[in-house]
Amino acid sequence: MTGARVSSGTAGAAAPARRVAAMVLRYWYLLRGSWPRLLELAYWPTVQMLVWGLLTTHLRGDSDWIAQAAGVLIGAVLLWDVLFRGQLGVSISFLEEMWSRNLGQLFVSPLRPREWIVALMTMSLIRTLIGVVPAALLAAPLFGFNALTMGVPLAAFFANLLVCGWWIALVVTSLILRYGLGAESLAWALVFLLAPIACVYYPVDVLPAPFQWLALALPPAHVFEGMRGVLFGEGFSMAHFAWAAGLNALYMAAAGVFFLRSFDHARRHGALLQQGE
Amino acid sequence: MSDQCAINVERLTKRFNGTTAVDGIGFRVARGSTTGLLGGNGAGKTTTIAMLLGLMLPTDGRIEALGHDMLANRYPALARMNFSSPYVDLPARLTVRENLRVYGRLYGVRRLGPRIADLARRLDLAELLDRPTGKLSAGQKTRVALAKALVNAPDLLLLDEPTASLDPDTADWVRGYLESYRAEHGATILLASHNMAEVERLCDDVLMMKRGRIVDRGAPAALIARYGRDTLEQVFLHIARAGEAAPREAAQ
Repeated sequence: MTGARVSSGTAGAAAPARRVAAMVLRYWYLLRGSWPRLLELAYWPTVQMLVWGLLTTHLRGDSDWIAQAAGVLIGAVLLWDVLFRGQLGVSISFLEEMWSRNLGQLFVSPLRPREWIVALMTMSLIRTLIGVVPAALLAAPLFGFNALTMGVPLAAFFANLLVCGWWIALVVTSLILRYGLGAESLAWALVFLLAPIACVYYPVDVLPAPFQWLALALPPAHVFEGMRGVLFGEGFSMAHFAWAAGLNALYMAAAGVFFLRSFDHARRHGALLQQGE
Repeated sequence: MSDQCAINVERLTKRFNGTTAVDGIGFRVARGSTTGLLGGNGAGKTTTIAMLLGLMLPTDGRIEALGHDMLANRYPALARMNFSSPYVDLPARLTVRENLRVYGRLYGVRRLGPRIADLARRLDLAELLDRPTGKLSAGQKTRVALAKALVNAPDLLLLDEPTASLDPDTADWVRGYLESYRAEHGATILLASHNMAEVERLCDDVLMMKRGRIVDRGAPAALIARYGRDTLEQVFLHIARAGEAAPREAAQ
């Protein structure tokens, strides 16, 4: 038969990487084919940074807290966008398959669900970098805030928030797999549900006591506490980093299992063939 | 499973919330044959194909394709299979070439560039390769879907209504291409269709489905003779209107 001659099949150590690369290529084609999409990726983080940068400039003379660390709000807004864009990067790429009724084509190929997850995360990283890096670069000349002055901790904050965005997105996509496109608004809404207890712009101890426990049970609060510690000159908190990384590992594993179970749920109910607008 | 058998299905059942869509069917498809899956709307054809492809989990039963247990490990078989249906799309904003590149890589196609060029030549897609897939006409999209379905030169091709909504000329061209593909590659084809003339022309064997069951099977000519009719369409109508009586018994 000819199939064996044309295709290298599913065997070989490189095969999973090749399929992940194929899916990343699919999303990259989609992104590069639309300049408004590319522009939009960078647009909102930049607008957010400008708003909070101007507010910081205005408050600097009146607030000791702001005066101590002029970049705290700008740093917070940039890192919040890492979480938001990281989540959206996975969710939107996933939704693209639903909107284009392409799931049926993808999953009659040798693509495994876990390879698809890796591709979605890779694309999320690319989309997040396209979105956040221009805003971060603009912050230096406009407001004198250079995110790179945070040094190595910046990479730790970035990685933790990106992973947090990924597991939130896996929860969102799992719910969409189970309940269909009626649940797609969760892709935009769910992450904002976490915003008040993520303590992006204020310390955890501002929250009422019960909510402090809730906040500290989630990785973002540890990241933003850690960021404020660095910007206020208190050094990098290994404790907050360890909590954030540990919680992320726990939630990521749980979200991965939930996603795979939701995928099987979709297969049991024939949803992979029927999903669409 | 016999080496001569591309698909072996036993007691395949699918129930949704108390409704039985596929009711314990069993059949074999010989390698290198073209088999038609016929039945009215809701007979269970699409559900059966979805289960064969691993897109849907059966409630009960067993499926082997190309010698692989599709419920235990479907991926080795999926690499040698492919599928086309008007009910699933290719990404509309990607160009034809981009879509074929993505799917070619997913299937691990070696020397993908020449493979795409070859498919474009055979399926008359050369002019369309750099156009967005969503902007093509129905006939052009069907040819692109066929190119995607053939990108890995599958040993087993599953087609759900391959000529639905095509004009007669394009539909005839698709049938001709499928015949030549099977002859050239020795591939096995399983197709679900409502077009009886298409089934008569393409299929060596026909499975007649009704309410989730296979109610009869045989070569088109044998079915026509058994039911004492002139065409397969008349056989189809007889079975569809046979009420609860077993169609084969009714024919006799």
